[in-house]
Amino acid sequence: MIFIQVIVGGLLLGAAYALFSSGLTLIWGMMNFINFAHGEFVMLGMYVAFLVVTYLAGGPAAFGLAAAVALFVLGAVIYVAVIRHVMRGPMLAQILSTFGLALFLRYSAFWIFSADFRTLPTTSLSGTIDVGGILISIPQLVAGAVAAALTIGMHLMLTRTKIGSQLLAVAEDRNAAMLMGIRPDRMQALAWGLSAASAGIAGALMATSYPFSPGVGETFVLTAFVVVTLGGFGSVPGAMLAGLIVGLIQALSAYYLGPIYKDVVVYALFVALLWLRPQGLLGTTV
Amino acid sequence: MKRVKWNWVAIGVALLIYPWVFSGAFYENIGVLVLLSAIAASAWNIVGGYAGQVSVGHAMFFGAGAYMPLLLYKLWGLPVLAGIPAGIIASLVIAVVIGIPTFRLQGHYFSMATIAVAELIRIVVSNWALLGAAIGLMGPAVPRGWWDFVFRSELPYYYLFLAVFSLLMFVTYWMERSRFGYYLRAIRGGERAASSLGVKVWLYKLYALLLSAGFTALAGSLYALKTGFVDPESAFGILISVQMVITAGLGGAGRIFGPLLGAVILVPLQVATNTWLGGAGTGITYIIYGGIIVLLARFEPGGLLELWQRSIAPRLRRREFKRAHAA
Repeated sequence: MIFIQVIVGGLLLGAAYALFSSGLTLIWGMMNFINFAHGEFVMLGMYVAFLVVTYLAGGPAAFGLAAAVALFVLGAVIYVAVIRHVMRGPMLAQILSTFGLALFLRYSAFWIFSADFRTLPTTSLSGTIDVGGILISIPQLVAGAVAAALTIGMHLMLTRTKIGSQLLAVAEDRNAAMLMGIRPDRMQALAWGLSAASAGIAGALMATSYPFSPGVGETFVLTAFVVVTLGGFGSVPGAMLAGLIVGLIQALSAYYLGPIYKDVVVYALFVALLWLRPQGLLGTTV
Repeated sequence: MKRVKWNWVAIGVALLIYPWVFSGAFYENIGVLVLLSAIAASAWNIVGGYAGQVSVGHAMFFGAGAYMPLLLYKLWGLPVLAGIPAGIIASLVIAVVIGIPTFRLQGHYFSMATIAVAELIRIVVSNWALLGAAIGLMGPAVPRGWWDFVFRSELPYYYLFLAVFSLLMFVTYWMERSRFGYYLRAIRGGERAASSLGVKVWLYKLYALLLSAGFTALAGSLYALKTGFVDPESAFGILISVQMVITAGLGGAGRIFGPLLGAVILVPLQVATNTWLGGAGTGITYIIYGGIIVLLARFEPGGLLELWQRSIAPRLRRREFKRAHAA
């Protein structure tokens, strides 16, 4: 029974991984750009939720939405202010821009919020339900369900809507898209906004059940690298599947090997992937 | 007659006489820190600057170099100096494990793998009792002889570090002018073009990583020798990697004296913020570092030396030219 409980917990956490990783894969697939600050976006989503609950007494819908809007704006602003200027520059500038941003956001958060671990105060979402002997905490269940729904929604938006086609057109060929009357800068700012918002919501959802500190971003960005590589370059369905797998692996290794090793196992998986199958599960080429 | 490189002579003389101009333990310690930072960043520069393969996890090589000698001291009482080759070998093994798979791929896989493996190693080291877990390892506290290299004065360390730095500068200088250096620059300019000219791209990137990792490990060993104590954060922490990247990037990545210039600016800045702001200073230092890195990437990815060459040096030359012709 405990085994099934571990699996369910892993899959629910994996859904949140899938959500923020699909944000990373969107940027990576569209612009061939790695955002090292993606984990910091997740961390900021957690603190937005924390502030909204603590100072505005907002409920889950309110802090989820607040995290989404705040991070969407931050992502778009970062694109316009920095990324737009470095994305066709040397590799050094590309990597340093988001790496520096990650440091800046992380240590600013340490400065503002201190290094203490926080938890969200209990909201209307608390308690556990008992499904045939398996205890599932309601915040985890809701977070997992919402994250899964949003990831699927992101996939549908990319593949079924006009704006999704425009985003993919810019990814395919920036100049050709421009000739078709699409404004690439606007589309890419939108992609950065969506990417950051997905990280923000995922952060807000995870904040309901896990304690967090300003340092958590580094773990999340590395987790997202593993998920995106496992799922395949630029593939949202791949990120969805890989997110669930990584969540599961973490839960099982935490249970069988001890909590310290849950990240070690995942990072080791990353190195193994690079050696054995760099194109990932659903990817085709590298 | 061979042309004398006056900038080399000037830098060499300045480094040699520094401890005699700025005497006292405080300034001598700053000098030691500047040299250590310049050695580590110059080592990073070989793969990150010249080959253009940006590592954000070089702390793993630094940490391997710092831990191995102290581990051998703990196990068999070997002097720290004797354990340095073990640290270098360990770092070369890590470099091969990361380099072979990622250098066959295009794009950002190398950067992602370096940060992931560095973090992996940091977590493992922090939980491994043999390596002192979270507490770390100690070197000999009381010297058993000169070979333990434990001194009260900063001067022996300063000149040892200066010797290593000079060696690294000559290696880099040799590399810049060799076929190997040209291959690396071709790779940085465009991998596909380089490989179509017959350069074995992944192999030369791997050579650059090995050279870089070996010298980074040596920097780590020097750190362990100097402090006689290492723990997971000070050897394998991500901020150690950050320090190398920003030091080389600020001065000028892919330029021989870029890292030294970066170290001369950043080390005193860090000492100043830590002295003025106390414990809170560390955090603020990294907020400033993050800001500097973003601004650098956005406005001046070539670093200060390129800024100098592009906008200030031509103006000086023009003025000189005018003066010479007015006479």
